[in-house]
Amino acid sequence: MSTNSTMRTPLKNVRRLGSAKEGADHFWKQRVTGVANLVLAVFLIWLLVTLVGADHAKVKSTLASPLVSLPLLLLIGSAMVHMRLGMQTIIEDYVHGEGTKIVCLMLNTFFAIIVGAASVFAVMRLTLGA
Amino acid sequence: MAVAKSTRGNVKVDRPLSPHLQIYSPLINMVMSILHRMTGAALYFGSLLLAWWLIAAATGPSYFNYVNGLLGSLPGRIVLLGFTWALVHHALGGIRHFIWDTGRGYDLKTIDAMSWGSIILSVLLTALIWAAALWLK
Repeated sequence: MSTNSTMRTPLKNVRRLGSAKEGADHFWKQRVTGVANLVLAVFLIWLLVTLVGADHAKVKSTLASPLVSLPLLLLIGSAMVHMRLGMQTIIEDYVHGEGTKIVCLMLNTFFAIIVGAASVFAVMRLTLGA
Repeated sequence: MAVAKSTRGNVKVDRPLSPHLQIYSPLINMVMSILHRMTGAALYFGSLLLAWWLIAAATGPSYFNYVNGLLGSLPGRIVLLGFTWALVHHALGGIRHFIWDTGRGYDLKTIDAMSWGSIILSVLLTALIWAAALWLK
């Protein structure tokens, strides 16, 4: 027979998700995307440096290569997740009104998704033609 | 001393606040921490620039030339220079955080060295990137 007199089980200790039900999820995603961004930002800087002064035809033909468009798409994905998490922390630190905070957090998510989707759309259009 | 207005029942009480930014003299690691957050926020809005440039490239030659002209103008170049520095500084700050994540580099000497290193290196790398860009052009 169990001597447990409450409804609590050791499951919460196993899950390690804490009171916010997220555990180290935010922290860990920020680190993983941070590592990815480190590599992909070097690529972005190299790409933009080589494209300084290039005309439209050169830019289009460069971005048409999957070796360029694929890392660019990966960067957009990783950067949008990273910056959404970062801005979330800033909002949670400085916006104290509960309603305003929730609105800001929603706008933050919308911003990251819209900028990400628009960028991905542009790269896809360049690399797949049209 | 700074106080926070709060209410207990119907009585307004002035509660003392713990010392905040204006109390401390700026230490280099504190300045780098603030800059890490500021450059992160700047890059957040700077992502609009990259999106805009990509959309311009996908739209066609005439709109692309228009956007390129704006970005190549003096105000445009100043913004892009700031973008470059923010990206480099935030990346170096990230590396500093990765080192701290391993539990290393917490003694004051190392903290100061890494802080000075990141500000100096960020300026040098930004200059290097722009020199390369202008040289390759």
